[in-house]
Amino acid sequence: MALPRITSPHAKGSNRTQRVMLLVLLATLPGALVLTWLYGAGTLINLAWASAAALGLEAALLRLRQRPVKFFLQDGSALVTAVLLALALPPYSPWWLTLVAVASAIVLGKQLYGGLGQNPFNPAMVGYVVVLISFPVEMTSWPVPHAVGLLDGLRQILGAGALPDGWSQATALDALKINNSLTVAELWRNPAFGHFGGIGSEVVNLAFLAGGLFLLHKRIFSWHAPAGMLGALALMSLLFWNGSGSDSHGSPLFHLLSGATMLGAFFIVTDPVSGATSNLGRLIFGAGVGVLMYVIRAWGGYPDGVAFAVLLMNLAAPTIDYYTRPRTYGHRKPERGFKLGE
Amino acid sequence: MSTPYRDLALNGLWKNNPGLVQLLGLCPLLGVSNSTVNALGLGLATMLVLTCSNLAVSLVRGVVNTAVRLPAFVMIIAALTTCIELLMQAFTYELYQILGIFIPLITTNCVILGRADGFAAKNRPLTAAFDGLMMGLGFCLVLVVLGATRELFGTGALLANMDLLLGSLAEDWQITLVHDYKGFLLAILPPGAFIVLGLLIALKNRIDHSLAERARAAQPAAPAVNRRVRVTGVIE
Repeated sequence: MALPRITSPHAKGSNRTQRVMLLVLLATLPGALVLTWLYGAGTLINLAWASAAALGLEAALLRLRQRPVKFFLQDGSALVTAVLLALALPPYSPWWLTLVAVASAIVLGKQLYGGLGQNPFNPAMVGYVVVLISFPVEMTSWPVPHAVGLLDGLRQILGAGALPDGWSQATALDALKINNSLTVAELWRNPAFGHFGGIGSEVVNLAFLAGGLFLLHKRIFSWHAPAGMLGALALMSLLFWNGSGSDSHGSPLFHLLSGATMLGAFFIVTDPVSGATSNLGRLIFGAGVGVLMYVIRAWGGYPDGVAFAVLLMNLAAPTIDYYTRPRTYGHRKPERGFKLGE
Repeated sequence: MSTPYRDLALNGLWKNNPGLVQLLGLCPLLGVSNSTVNALGLGLATMLVLTCSNLAVSLVRGVVNTAVRLPAFVMIIAALTTCIELLMQAFTYELYQILGIFIPLITTNCVILGRADGFAAKNRPLTAAFDGLMMGLGFCLVLVVLGATRELFGTGALLANMDLLLGSLAEDWQITLVHDYKGFLLAILPPGAFIVLGLLIALKNRIDHSLAERARAAQPAAPAVNRRVRVTGVIE
């Protein structure tokens, strides 16, 4: 009798790239639904157009680089980049804004570095920062929730006419940043504010938190990076919370539920490619993002700083990895750095 | 053009281009290349300094002691840069103000000292001056292409404000290619310089690559070698 000879590995993980990416896409669903509820079809159009552009550009670049197009398109990573970007851009963004963002993300941020797994920076954040510093006016005009109709929105997307001023408003983070005369209690009567954070953005943040906890439950990423980022942000905003006067930086709860906090904590900082690799490294990486983003929010030139903080920490990730190598089995102490001549 | 001069020209303009291959003088290359007029102004100034300094260094090459040659060369370059600076101050005052610190910084441009020590100090005056001219032209061309690309992407127009450099003759040279352009700020900001320079270098390597391919294809096939002969090398 011939016994079947099965070679190792006997235990196989099921977390192939495609499955991970599909789960990430699934986890963005609550956030995307809330955004759609608040801003109407603008979010959906953003999503569809960004995804189509990302897939087209990825295919074109793969062809140029003479790589298997179908294989790499199927892994879904371009789609994840596009979806994260589309959720971060203001709804009803002009079509060219989305296109420039996606092109910067896929072409400059990803393919020119060698494709998935080779990019030192988070591609979605590269795309976001490129359009943020290039087109500040378009990037800071978030529409008022439930205000924009489909036809007017389409006109803005196609560039046929801008929305009336009353339909876009400063976000809560904006309002807090430019405010220098009102106390926080007075500021809270501003229509941009909701119960804890910005109107809408608090619900959006809770929805992304739900999606993130789902991914954590599915073990797509470990808890270290999000915990580091949220912990550092909470700690910083607690330490520098200067009351509710007109120069207030905002309470910890406000910071945790405003802007792109939760999207960043669970979908951006957890990027396995551009972040740190060890658990301790991830904790430090996340904490660095949290600290930097609070510094930018409180004292920087931009109302929100997730993208800049993530890019800066991406630069630091190799150094973090260098100093946080885990202890290898059989060694008493973990190795620090790399031996020369290895 | 005789062969050595042709080689010098080819080296300066393409094969050993200061901007694209040697990557020298990156500070002004990235710093002032946000419009065509800035780029052309600084490119011409650098070219002039480079040509004159190569000529001067070559003329004194037998006189200067080797131990003190670098300070001596820097003095020559600084003197020439000051001349150019005064000339620009006299004739193109607005451009002089826009370029600011980058004009005196021509002194520290590595291309110039590099050519002075690496080429002019070992060659005859005429050859050295021609080398300086070609290296300067190569640098200037890269600068102008970079400036024009960034201006086009950043503002949607080309050749704006050329009258700052060329006088009233060039007042209406501005070509607005895209009307109602939103302005792509990144191209004008420093990151744009790095990105466009990277793309230019990639383009040059790509052209070199396809030229080499074509040359290989044009070569006649190697004559058949008797495979049974024992050789240690590689049989082509």
